[in-house]
Amino acid sequence: MGWAAIRAYTILVYLFMFLPVAVVVLLSFNQNQFGSFPMTGFSFRWFEALWNNDAVMRAFRTSLILGLLTALISTTLGVLASLALVRYAIPGKNLITTILIAPILVPEVVLAVALLLFLNWLGIGKSFALLLAGHVIFTLPFVILVVQARLVSIRRDVEEAALSLGASPVQTFFSVTLPLLMPAVAAGALFAFTISFDDITGTLFWKPGGVETVPTQIFSMLRNSISPEINALGTVMIIITVGLPLLGAAIARQISIKRGM
Amino acid sequence: MSVEAREKRQPWILLSPALGAVTLLLLVPLLFIVVYSFWLRSAVGPDTVGFHLDNWQRALTDPFYRYILFNTLKIAAITTFFCALLGYPAAYFITRSSGNKLILLLLLMLPFWISYIIRTMSWINILGSSGALNSLLMSMGITSSPVQMLYNEATVILGLVHFLLPFMVLNIYVSLDGIDTNLEDAATSLGATRWQAFLQVTLPLSLPGLAAGGLLCFVLGAGTYITPLILGGPRDAMFANLVFEAIITQLNWPMGSALSLLLLIVLGALVAIYNRFLGMSQLTKGLS
Repeated sequence: MGWAAIRAYTILVYLFMFLPVAVVVLLSFNQNQFGSFPMTGFSFRWFEALWNNDAVMRAFRTSLILGLLTALISTTLGVLASLALVRYAIPGKNLITTILIAPILVPEVVLAVALLLFLNWLGIGKSFALLLAGHVIFTLPFVILVVQARLVSIRRDVEEAALSLGASPVQTFFSVTLPLLMPAVAAGALFAFTISFDDITGTLFWKPGGVETVPTQIFSMLRNSISPEINALGTVMIIITVGLPLLGAAIARQISIKRGM
Repeated sequence: MSVEAREKRQPWILLSPALGAVTLLLLVPLLFIVVYSFWLRSAVGPDTVGFHLDNWQRALTDPFYRYILFNTLKIAAITTFFCALLGYPAAYFITRSSGNKLILLLLLMLPFWISYIIRTMSWINILGSSGALNSLLMSMGITSSPVQMLYNEATVILGLVHFLLPFMVLNIYVSLDGIDTNLEDAATSLGATRWQAFLQVTLPLSLPGLAAGGLLCFVLGAGTYITPLILGGPRDAMFANLVFEAIITQLNWPMGSALSLLLLIVLGALVAIYNRFLGMSQLTKGLS
């Protein structure tokens, strides 16, 4: 009896987590012109409307470029730092780790204000550069935590073998360490991209007037009222941020099966 | 240079870009807004540089700010409570279920990949005047016109619980999963009922996870301004909304600095207390 009750409770908790999101997806295919209940039929008309909405398409381009650049920079910095933390005995490791994950210990609003005011004082006002700096610093801790966790499991002796056979440290890094590291790098990059793509809290502080990312675009569209177009945009975002990691995982699995690992 | 000296320098070369970025883009800016919070906004032209206590005095004594701060902490506390109430049994079920554990865990990770703003606005589809619940009530003839359910404190809390619940479940799960199930069996074989065994063995051992989840929910909940803007009414502002107003709308940057530092101090104190008793490592466990 007790176990059945816990099971029912858990099902309700999962419904609570997913039902509202499922309704967003469901309503985005609604034929009804107000996009609300009752459903009157299945249609792609709201996705078509998105495609023809210049503001939305601009926001998409901005989000995509911002996310890709963030992932590139954040992953580079994060992988280098993780290598140092996992591979070397360095004094004050705990302090360094705390400093590196500080951006997620500070409330994002405070981080947003501090960065905006400081860079503005340096002469970098609200701009794409400020957005990029903000997204990099905010995603860096996540990349470091994810990459570090994967790095621990990569064996050191393979690298030592390469070195002892006469490879230079740089050669060893590119032909031995990096290929072994790729899953960690990909996971970190994917994480950085999704967090950047989804961010709104900091973005609203940093974005210049007239520039929108997808989340801020949704936010400004919500000012009027909920519309089927917003639901469609939400569905597209879910497909990108959920579908991309799943696709990545599937590809990684295919590759490892082919390699016979 | 000797090989050893190079070995010693290497990690610092690897670390310097990341450490440099955090220093330049977070630590120095934080120090900068400490200084900025003592400047004054002037009606025209640039802010007045100097050492003025006006912003801090207002931030600490203005009854409106104090009310909002109190209200923010209250909302965060209620949110954390409901997250624990909903999250604990679910985490327990995931830990002890055998067949579909993997799928339950995968589903639990899913919300982290779905945008916060979409999950927040999804409630408008449910509770809005033309939402699912109202159309259900009207089609059943219970009401003839839509009931106003949105835009109050309760919906702000609802949105926050929905946003933060996965953090809670994940943290409790991580600590529950690390507990040897033999301990509970040993307790029952020694005569404890299953409920007693849970209360006296499993629950105390899982408290670090509950605390970590609670801290995350509280700090993330207390620092949000988007949820009140989307699901709250005009009177449901939280402290971060004051910061946003001061910086973006009023352009009073010195005041905004003082307010954001006040928020940082209040939430930082909580994190420090937590760190003193439980240590930071529990917090990052759930992430890796």
